[in-house]
Amino acid sequence: MHFTLKIWRQKNSLARGSFETYNLDDVSPEMSFLEMLDALNKKLVEEDKDPVAFDSDCREGICGSCGMYINGHPHGPVPAITTCHLSMRYFRDSETIWVEPWRAKPFPVIKDLIVDRSALDKIQIAGGFVSVNTGAAPEANSLPVNKEKADEAFDSSICIGCGACVAACKNASAMLFVSAKVSQFALLPQGRVEARQRVRAMIEKMDELGFGNCSNSGACEAECPKQIKLVSIARLKREYYKSY
Amino acid sequence: MALAGLFLLLFLPVHLAINLLLLKSDPEPFNKAAGFMANFPVIKVIEILLFAALLIHISYGFYIQIKNWLARPVGYAIATKSDTSPFSKFMIWTGSSILLFLILHFFNFFFIRLGLVEGNPEDFYSVAHNLFKIPLYNYIYLTCFILLGLHLYHAFSSAFQTLGLNHRIWTPVVKTVALLYSVVLPGGFAFIAITIWLFR
Repeated sequence: MHFTLKIWRQKNSLARGSFETYNLDDVSPEMSFLEMLDALNKKLVEEDKDPVAFDSDCREGICGSCGMYINGHPHGPVPAITTCHLSMRYFRDSETIWVEPWRAKPFPVIKDLIVDRSALDKIQIAGGFVSVNTGAAPEANSLPVNKEKADEAFDSSICIGCGACVAACKNASAMLFVSAKVSQFALLPQGRVEARQRVRAMIEKMDELGFGNCSNSGACEAECPKQIKLVSIARLKREYYKSY
Repeated sequence: MALAGLFLLLFLPVHLAINLLLLKSDPEPFNKAAGFMANFPVIKVIEILLFAALLIHISYGFYIQIKNWLARPVGYAIATKSDTSPFSKFMIWTGSSILLFLILHFFNFFFIRLGLVEGNPEDFYSVAHNLFKIPLYNYIYLTCFILLGLHLYHAFSSAFQTLGLNHRIWTPVVKTVALLYSVVLPGGFAFIAITIWLFR
C-alpha cells in the first residue's frame, strides 16, 4: 500500500508547528499504524532527517500512551480501539492521512505528536484513590456487592486515561475521564467513604487545569477506545450534587 | 443552566396556548388572556422568575461557551468526524439567534406595555395581526422558530443528562419527547404566523 502522510511537526512546546508531507510506499496492510510510523521514521533516519516523535508503550491497547488524532478521529476512524491496534488495512490504498496531536489547552505539545497528558494524572492525584489501606481482597461473602454494580465499576475502571475523550470533545472537556474515575470508586463500598471529597476535588482540579465543560454532544462516548458511556457522566453529576 | 432552561421550556406551551387565540376572528379572548398575563399578580411573580431564568440561562451559556473556546486555543486542521449530536455543535449560535429574536419580540410587545414603544397595550391582537402581515417579519419569525426547534431538541434531553438523569429505559423516552416538543411547539407558533399571514 502507498500513503501520503500529512503529519504535524513541532520542535517543542514553544515552537510554531506545521504539517509536513511524506510519501510512504510498501506499507503492509497487516501493519499497525504505529508500525507504519516506525517504517516512516526508519526512512527519515536513513535520509538523515529528524524522525517523527510519537508516544507509545505497551502497543496492546492498555497503556493509553499512543493517542493521536487521525483523519478527524482520536485513535483513527475505527471505533473502540487505540492507535496501536489500528491496522493499515482500514485505510484505502493511496489515501492521504492527516495526523495531528491531541488539541487542548491542558495538553501542551511537547514535540510533534507527543502531548503532555499529566493534567489527567493531576486530576487523579486530587482524589482518585482510597486513602486508607483496605488490606488484601476480603472474603467475597463478607462484603457483598451487587453484580450489576460490580460490573459497572469494572466497566468504569477500564478507562486507560488516554485523553481521547478530551481530544474528541468540541469543548476539550475531561468529563468522561473524571466520570469513569469517580464511578469506579463510587459504585463500591470501599470508595463510598470518601465519595463526597473525591468528586468535589477531582472536578475542582479539572476546572482549575483549564478543561472545557460538557455540553452532552457525545463525541467522547463515540471515540472512547474503552467504550465508557455517557451514563457515567450522569453518575458523576449525581455524585457531585449529592456531595452538597 | 439546565434548571433555568427547563423552567423556560415550561413557559412555551403556555405562550403557545395563548397565541392560538390569535386564530379566532374575535380579538376579545386573546386581548383578555394577554391582559390577564400582564396584570394578574401571581403571573407577575412568575414573570420575574421567567426573566431571572432567562438571564441565568443566557449569561451562564455565554460564560461556559467562552471557557470552552479557551480550552482549545489551537484547533484541528481536520474537523471532527466523530458520531455526535449535530445540534449540540451550534447551541451558542441557535441560542444567540433566539436572543436577538427575543429583543425584537420585546420591542413589539413588552416595550409597548411599558410605554417605551408606540402601540396600544390594550389591543395586542391587532399588533400581532399587523406584524404577521409583514413578509419580512414572517421570514425572521419562521427562521427563528426553526432555530428554536433545533435548540430545543438538544436542550431538552441535554438538561436531563446534566441533572444526572440518564436511564437505560427513560432516556430514549426523554429523547422522543424532546423530538416531539421541538417539532410541535415551534411548529405551532409557525402555523399561527403562516395562517394569519396567508389566510386572514
